[in-house]
Amino acid sequence: MALTKAEMAERLFEELGLNKREAKDMVEMFFEEIREALVNGQQVKLSGFGNFDLREKKQRPGRNPKTGEEIPISARRVVTFRPGQKLKARVEAYAGSREQ
Amino acid sequence: MTKSELIEIMAREQSHLAYRDVELAVKCMIEQMSQTLASGERIEIRGFGSFSLHFRPPRMGRNPKTGDAVALAGKHVPHFKPGKELRERVNDKFAELQEA
Repeated sequence: MALTKAEMAERLFEELGLNKREAKDMVEMFFEEIREALVNGQQVKLSGFGNFDLREKKQRPGRNPKTGEEIPISARRVVTFRPGQKLKARVEAYAGSREQ
Repeated sequence: MTKSELIEIMAREQSHLAYRDVELAVKCMIEQMSQTLASGERIEIRGFGSFSLHFRPPRMGRNPKTGDAVALAGKHVPHFKPGKELRERVNDKFAELQEA
């Protein structure tokens, strides 16, 4: 099972004693503020976890996969994530199944 | 935006909570996310994106100092896929600025 916002709120309720409403708002706001910063063109650096960077892609030729028709893919800004050293080291140690 | 700047913004918006509580909550959320990935589990945040592990197969590497070949074990690396809302909001703002 994947980690979701509901489980994150549950943890804040259990560990920090926030009430359910506060915990839910906290999780919501955490992701919303990161999103806001990225929308405004700002890089987000969460030490110990990783950086969310923005990259600008030039327009490039593309194709409609169904019809084969050529259509340009417009210039765009995309979000990329670069895991930090600490997170990489913790994840590298994971020796479980290769199926993700 | 750094982690401490994020905490400040969130604390300002939740003035009914102590700064310390917001700080603990942010650290708790980041730790839970790291733990989840370190245990090989995915994270799925609707509207934001999903984190999963990608497997890098074993390969032969080189010691950059001596040039000796070294066998490198396979490993997992964290991967982030931005969600639809994040992708669209980041790019809509970008397109808007480009037209202006």
